[in-house]
Amino acid sequence: MTDIPYTPAARRIRWSVLADHAVLIAGSLFLLIPLLVMLQTTTTTDLETIKYGPQLAIGDQLDDNFRAAMFKASGFSGQNTGLSMLINSTILGLGFALGKIVIGMMAAYALVYFRMRFATLAFWLIFTTLLLPLEVRILPSYEIAQKLNLLNSYTGLILPLIASATATFFFRQFFRAVPEELVEAARIDGAGPVRFFIDVLVPLSRTMIAAMFIIMFVFGWNQYLWPTMITTEEGMYTLVRGIKQLTQDLEGTNIPEYGRANMLALIAILPPVAVVIFFQSWFVKGLTESDK
Amino acid sequence: MAQVSLNNIRKIYPNGVEAVQQTSFDIADGEFLVLVGPSGCGKSTLLRMIAGLEDITEGELRIGDRVVNHVDPADRDIAMVFQNYALYPHMTVRRNIGYGLKNRKTPADVIAAKVREAAEMLNLTDYLDRKPSQLSGGQRQRVAMGRAVVRDPSLFLFDEPLSNLDAKLRHQMRIEIKALQRRLGVTSVYVTHDQVEAMTMADKIIVLNAGRIEQIGTPSEIYHNPASTFVASFMGAPPMNLLDARFEAGQVRINGGTPLLPASGSGPVTVGIRPEDAELTPEGPLGFDIQIVEELGGHRLLHGQLADQPFTLHVGKEVEARPGAARVNLRPEALRLFDKTTGQAL
Repeated sequence: MTDIPYTPAARRIRWSVLADHAVLIAGSLFLLIPLLVMLQTTTTTDLETIKYGPQLAIGDQLDDNFRAAMFKASGFSGQNTGLSMLINSTILGLGFALGKIVIGMMAAYALVYFRMRFATLAFWLIFTTLLLPLEVRILPSYEIAQKLNLLNSYTGLILPLIASATATFFFRQFFRAVPEELVEAARIDGAGPVRFFIDVLVPLSRTMIAAMFIIMFVFGWNQYLWPTMITTEEGMYTLVRGIKQLTQDLEGTNIPEYGRANMLALIAILPPVAVVIFFQSWFVKGLTESDK
Repeated sequence: MAQVSLNNIRKIYPNGVEAVQQTSFDIADGEFLVLVGPSGCGKSTLLRMIAGLEDITEGELRIGDRVVNHVDPADRDIAMVFQNYALYPHMTVRRNIGYGLKNRKTPADVIAAKVREAAEMLNLTDYLDRKPSQLSGGQRQRVAMGRAVVRDPSLFLFDEPLSNLDAKLRHQMRIEIKALQRRLGVTSVYVTHDQVEAMTMADKIIVLNAGRIEQIGTPSEIYHNPASTFVASFMGAPPMNLLDARFEAGQVRINGGTPLLPASGSGPVTVGIRPEDAELTPEGPLGFDIQIVEELGGHRLLHGQLADQPFTLHVGKEVEARPGAARVNLRPEALRLFDKTTGQAL
C-alpha cells in the first residue's frame, strides 16, 4: 500500500470577496468605534478619562458608573434620576408612537372608506402640515399647551405631537390597496364600520403598524425641543434632555462626568435598538407571507 | 327561499352613464338565474344592486315580500360569492366561514356546528384551521361557497365566481355549484360572461347587452330561438352562422340564388343557422368551400365560405371532411330570420 500524499487543493483568493468584506468591516467599524469608545469610558473613573483620554484598557468602574447613571439625581429635587428619566422617555416614546398610529389609521380610514365631500382636500390639508414641523409652530403650540394646563404632564408631552401626516399618508396608501371586495364581503357578512376596522383592517395592517411603530417610537424617543419646552419639573425630564443636565465641562473644581454621561447615553440607545430588532423580525415576516 | 322581483329598475351613475336601462323581471323561488353578457353590459351592476352594494336609481326591488331598495346588504338575507373570493386573509377557514354568523350574534356552539356542517358539505373539514393563502384556488372557491351556505340565506348571488380557475377546475366547480344549489333549493342569481356556464347551469338565462335585456328564456329557448342577432352570435360556441340574404319572389334566397325557405317580405334579411343544423351532403343545394377542418375528437368543425360568406359547419366524427369544395343542405326548420337593420328576430 502506497501512501498517497494529501495535498490540499490550493484555494484561490478571490479578490472581489475580499474587497466586499473590507468594505463591510470598515463600515461596521465606522459605526461601532464611537460606541466602543463610550463603553470604554464608562469603565474608568472620570479622572483617568480626563488625564489620558480614551484608552484600550478596560477599567473596573462600570458598576459605579451604572449606579450613578441610573440612581443619582443631578438637580435640586433629586427626582431626575436615570431611572425616572428612562420611564419618562419610554412613556413618551410609546405614547407618541401609539398615538400617531391610532390617529393616523383612523384618519386614513375616514379618508379612504367614507364618501365625504372634500375628502381629497382634507387629505391634502393634512399632507401640507408636513411643511409645518414643530419647530415652526412651537410658540403657538406652547401657548395652547400652557393654556390647557398641560405643562409638566405626560398629556402635554405627547398629545400636541401625535397628529401625524406621515402616518395618515402611509395608512391611506395601504388602505387603498386593500381589495374593495373585502369591504363588500364584510358588509354582506353584517360587519359595520367599526367591526370592519377592528376585525379586518387592523389585522391586515399589522406589518404596516409594525413599520410605523419602529419609525415613530425612535422619533418620539429622540424628541428634544418639545420636552425641553414643556417640562420644567425635574421629575418629568426625559433621557435625551437629561443627559444634557449632567456636568460636561470643566467648571471650577468640577470634573466632567464622563462615565455617568456616557453610560446614560448608552442606556438611551438601547430601547430604540431593542424596538427595531424586535419589530424587524415581525416586519420581515409580514413582508414575506404577504396575504393582502 | 324567496322570490325576487325587479320592477323598472334603472341605474344611472353620478357621471351620467346609464349602466342599466329600465329592467323588469322576476326570479321564481328556487330558480337558478344566470345573467350573461359581454363585459360592460351591466350584469354585475344589476347583481350588485340586488346585493345592495350599489344604489338603485329608479324602480323597485323585492326579495320575498319585502321592498329592499333601502335595506342594508346585511339585512337582505342574501349571501354573495365574489370573483376573487374576497376571503379575509388573516382569518382561518373556520373564522372566515363563521364570521357572518358571529356578527349576527349567533351563539358560539351554533356557529361551530354550522361551520362543521358546511365544511363537510364542501369537503373542507381538513382545512378548517388553514389560512386562505395556504389553499389552492379551488379550495378558496369552496370556502367562499361555505361562507355563503353557512348563513342559510334566502338568495345566493354569484359574481363570476369561476373566472379565476383553470379550465378543468372550472368544469368541476360548475357541476358542484349547480348540485349544491339543487340540493339546498336556494334562489340564485349568477353573473358570468361565459356562455357555456350560462347554458349548463341556468334554469333561466337573461342575456344583457349595453345595459339592456336582449332576451329572457331557458337555455334551450335562448339557443334555438335567439331573439336577436346579438344573442345568436353571443350564445353557443361556435356561434350561430349569420348570412346575408334577400326576400325574393316569396322565398328567402342567398345572393339571388338558391331558395332557402318560403317566406313573405321584401328587401334584405339576415338568416341564422346553428352549425349543427346544416348537413354535408352531395345533393346539397348550396356550395360550401371548406378552408379549415378543426379536429375536436368527438366532432369536427369545418370553417369556410358559403356563398362568399363565412360559415361554420359542425359534423360528427364519422363524417370525413377535407378542405375543398363540398355541398351542404340547410335544414329549413332550423333557419331563423332576423331583421337586417335592427337585428331583431322576425
